[in-house]
Amino acid sequence: MSDDLQILLDSLPRLGDAVLVTLQLTVGGAALAFVVAVLLGLGSRTGSLLVRGPSRVVVELLRGTSLVVQLFWLFYVLPVFGFRLESLVCGILALGLNFGAYGAEVVRGSLAAVPTGQWEAAVALDLSPVHRMRRVVFPQAWPLMIPMFTNLLIQLVKGSALATYILLHDLNYFIEQLRRGTQDTVFSYGVGLVLYFLLAYALTLLMNALEVRAKHRVGAGPSLRQVLSVVPGRRPVRAGAA
Amino acid sequence: MSDVWSWQRAADVLPFILEGFKVTLLATFVGTAIAAVLGLVVALARRSSNRWLTVPLGVAVEFVRSTPLLVQLVFAYLLLTDLSAMTIGFVVLGVHYATYMSEVYRAGIDAVPRGQWEAAKALNLPRARTWRAVVLPQAVRKTLPGLGNYAISMFKETPFLFAIGVVEMFTAAEQYGSRTFVYTEALTLVGILFLVASYPTSLLVRRLETRLA
Repeated sequence: MSDDLQILLDSLPRLGDAVLVTLQLTVGGAALAFVVAVLLGLGSRTGSLLVRGPSRVVVELLRGTSLVVQLFWLFYVLPVFGFRLESLVCGILALGLNFGAYGAEVVRGSLAAVPTGQWEAAVALDLSPVHRMRRVVFPQAWPLMIPMFTNLLIQLVKGSALATYILLHDLNYFIEQLRRGTQDTVFSYGVGLVLYFLLAYALTLLMNALEVRAKHRVGAGPSLRQVLSVVPGRRPVRAGAA
Repeated sequence: MSDVWSWQRAADVLPFILEGFKVTLLATFVGTAIAAVLGLVVALARRSSNRWLTVPLGVAVEFVRSTPLLVQLVFAYLLLTDLSAMTIGFVVLGVHYATYMSEVYRAGIDAVPRGQWEAAKALNLPRARTWRAVVLPQAVRKTLPGLGNYAISMFKETPFLFAIGVVEMFTAAEQYGSRTFVYTEALTLVGILFLVASYPTSLLVRRLETRLA
């Protein structure tokens, strides 16, 4: 066990690099997924069939053909058509497109959940469609989206482990290297799984904070500062408790 | 076009993929069965009043749920050397999704109105009968679409089994690709098969959702 720890300590720099690759995939994939989700989500709700049709087709296409297939397709088949992408770009693209399609359904559903009165009020005030979405509808749909985005984000982190198979040295790859070094499967995979868990946990906390802030901004629930304050006697009343 | 896509190659690889498709379906069915049963057991156990049971169980569920299936598969494969890769694959798939399904059951059970519990108590029904005859039948109605959706996502995650060498349809395509150095037809066909199988099923689940709601 102490040998194991020594080997782990010796390989800390490589661990840092590995975590960095996983983070790059996560952040890059999530950013792309968010853009794709908003575009396809809004596209799926427009009145024009010329926009809605293709949006729906793309969403179903990306959701229906497994992430693994998409990743390997980008990696092995796309070069045949003359596009050779770097492994990292491949990974970010596959994660972003796949989870973006799932996110599009979240965006669509959350926008539909904003009461019609809000849409009508914005129309009655003669706000432009862009203004209506940006200042009235989207801010109210946003708190509904965040919990579901959190789930997708965790799934994205888990999916990023596939990167090992397109020759990236991510956290999953590091675990296998650690196992080769220590000859101890339980130790190396135990460490690896805990690291993945911590990453997912940190992201969940971050997203929860985002949710508190989003709710506060539409007048539901305490502000993030109030939630985080631990000064006795000044604890805010929990939402709904009053 | 002809040098990019060859119908001859597509015809060559199709039998391998269809053979693998059987394994994919088997993995989905066995995995779903394990997940559905284990998920219910977990959901019920988490309602226990014994904190020595619920707290560790909660941590375990959270842990399994937020770590990669891929890593879990390889870990179990390296650890349990005397089991076949297929058995390990099915069980890990089932356990991983049981953590998701237990949440679906939990939401379903929570959604049964309090009055139903109180009525069962007023009728002096035994605990087991309350669950069997009153709570679970109502909860299951609410959970079926959720379970169906997870079964579909499990279907689409069966390609992860390639990591431990189970030859389902993706692995079959991948092996053909590495033999011939051409992946185009094989991977495209697998993608199409996934779409063709999962899209109608998801429409079915959506209909179930509206009918049971």
